[in-house]
Amino acid sequence: MDDIKDTIKHYILKEFLPGENPDDLLDSTPLITGGILDSIATLKVVAFIEERYSIELQAHEVDVDHLNTIADMADLISSKKQ
Amino acid sequence: MKAALTLPQLLTVSSEVAPEQMAIDEPTRGEITYGDLDILSDRLRDRLWAFGVRPGDRVGIYMRKSIDAVAAIFGIVKTGAAYVPVDPGAPAERNAYIFHNCEVKVVILETRLEAKVREELTSLGAMPRFLLLEGTGAGVPLRETLAREDALAPAPKVETAIPTPDDLAYILYTSGSTGKPKGVMLSHRNAISFVDWCSEAFTPHANDRFSSHAPLHFDLSILDLFVPIKHRATLVLVSEEVGKDPARLAPLIADKRISVWYSAPSILSLLAQYGNLERYDFSALHTVLFAGEVFPVKHLRALYALWPKPRYFNLYGPTETNVCTYYEVPTPIPADRTVPFPIGKVCSHLLAKVIDEHGTEVTDGSEGELCISGAGVMQGYWSLPEQSARSFLTDATEARWYKTGDIVTTDNEGHYLFVGRRDRMVKRRGYRVELGEIEAALYRHAMVKEAAVVALADAEAGVRIKAFLSCRDGKRLSLIEAKRFCAEHLPLYMVPDLFSFPESLPKTSTDKIDYQRLKEME
Repeated sequence: MDDIKDTIKHYILKEFLPGENPDDLLDSTPLITGGILDSIATLKVVAFIEERYSIELQAHEVDVDHLNTIADMADLISSKKQ
Repeated sequence: MKAALTLPQLLTVSSEVAPEQMAIDEPTRGEITYGDLDILSDRLRDRLWAFGVRPGDRVGIYMRKSIDAVAAIFGIVKTGAAYVPVDPGAPAERNAYIFHNCEVKVVILETRLEAKVREELTSLGAMPRFLLLEGTGAGVPLRETLAREDALAPAPKVETAIPTPDDLAYILYTSGSTGKPKGVMLSHRNAISFVDWCSEAFTPHANDRFSSHAPLHFDLSILDLFVPIKHRATLVLVSEEVGKDPARLAPLIADKRISVWYSAPSILSLLAQYGNLERYDFSALHTVLFAGEVFPVKHLRALYALWPKPRYFNLYGPTETNVCTYYEVPTPIPADRTVPFPIGKVCSHLLAKVIDEHGTEVTDGSEGELCISGAGVMQGYWSLPEQSARSFLTDATEARWYKTGDIVTTDNEGHYLFVGRRDRMVKRRGYRVELGEIEAALYRHAMVKEAAVVALADAEAGVRIKAFLSCRDGKRLSLIEAKRFCAEHLPLYMVPDLFSFPESLPKTSTDKIDYQRLKEME
């Protein structure tokens, strides 16, 4: 689970928060409602998750309820991998 | 049949002719016929009248796009008042400013949005009456609210108002350079002349099914709403969530047999890239309209490869005129074309001319500012007489020309080509963004000493917005904090893509921020 969080965190820092101190990005930092991920960035994160973990997200899962924080994303990925 | 001159007539005429025809389809929620939409908006008209709304007033709409919201629009215009739609996703502070600014008498809103906006309005010293809906969907919450109010005190039946063509129909707020949104005042004549031009240009039919992709506070919604209603066609509402998710949007367009699509180009680019369009049947789709920003040719070509059947039109125009020029994209698109297509020729209900910096018309195709005159041009900005006066040019014949701020040239066939802006406004995902409004928001952060925002051209996204912040006492904001602060004070489409934290900002010799040097800074 922590591996998943680290992987996503690393990806978001690299792609969308270049130069940010990694300690400022928490598992609970709101990403969509916090203005960090816009709709196109969200699609990129989804594409990354799907490829990295060989899972497919359902259309209704691509929303603020499932993807607003790193913790939300990790929960969603874990539930798919089982 | 006599041509309609005002918005309420569009609905009353269509519902008389075809009461059983389906007017609106709100996917997963329900549908409503012309007859029922007319009855529901009549009931709201009566309730608003009982609340004291009179011709010439303003009424706010603060809710998700839904059958309830469309019925609210017609209920409001049937009283002779103008409707003022706001973005339900924008900060309550910004929406309260709008309601206070144009002195709405009533706001029709969802209960979930009430507490915050009530607090903001109270602090502004304004308290319009609220008509509260427990959510939205298929018109059910609106019916429940009206029944609840009727049980307390029945609303007497009143006649639908017959506004004059110059009465206000709606006010659309757009980004303002001074940090506050400004209200574009549009009349029934403005709306009807545009709708009639759409009839002529696109010859819609009662069998058509129009998309409603744009939000109601965005001027694309005027075509979405009123063109199908005039032609007794069906309007398919696309929710905000589905509207930005190509994986859900593509099957919706196919399943709902949408025949006329209208949106900003950005979602069409996403559909071509991520929509798996080859999987679905789009045989109903015959017209694709896009407006609001430049459509990169690469993405338009990719879309055409997947959707070869429809005709494609590039529509251009600011909120102040709605669509004022248009261009039918010739297909197939040559593989070697890279420059964007023209914005085309002026619509038949308007006149256009290009002026140089002295206000003199240029006729040799050289660069100048595009100016528009005619029935579609706004009356002005709400309670901003000076800004309104500055935006118009009055010629020797007393005709009023709206200066678009867009620089154009003319090609050999007389089509206008968009070159750029005169000022600091940019288009992002079809929305107008005044860089000054973002700066004004950034200055409100306690740690920010100086803020400057620039727009950078970007091949992929069209434009990227970069903010430069110098902070007090040599500290710096974290990127996350900066973005979060913006998201709390601005609509999400205005949050900058990039931030930079220099110790101080470069200045010109007159001690103004040097934007040219900022654009060159890494």
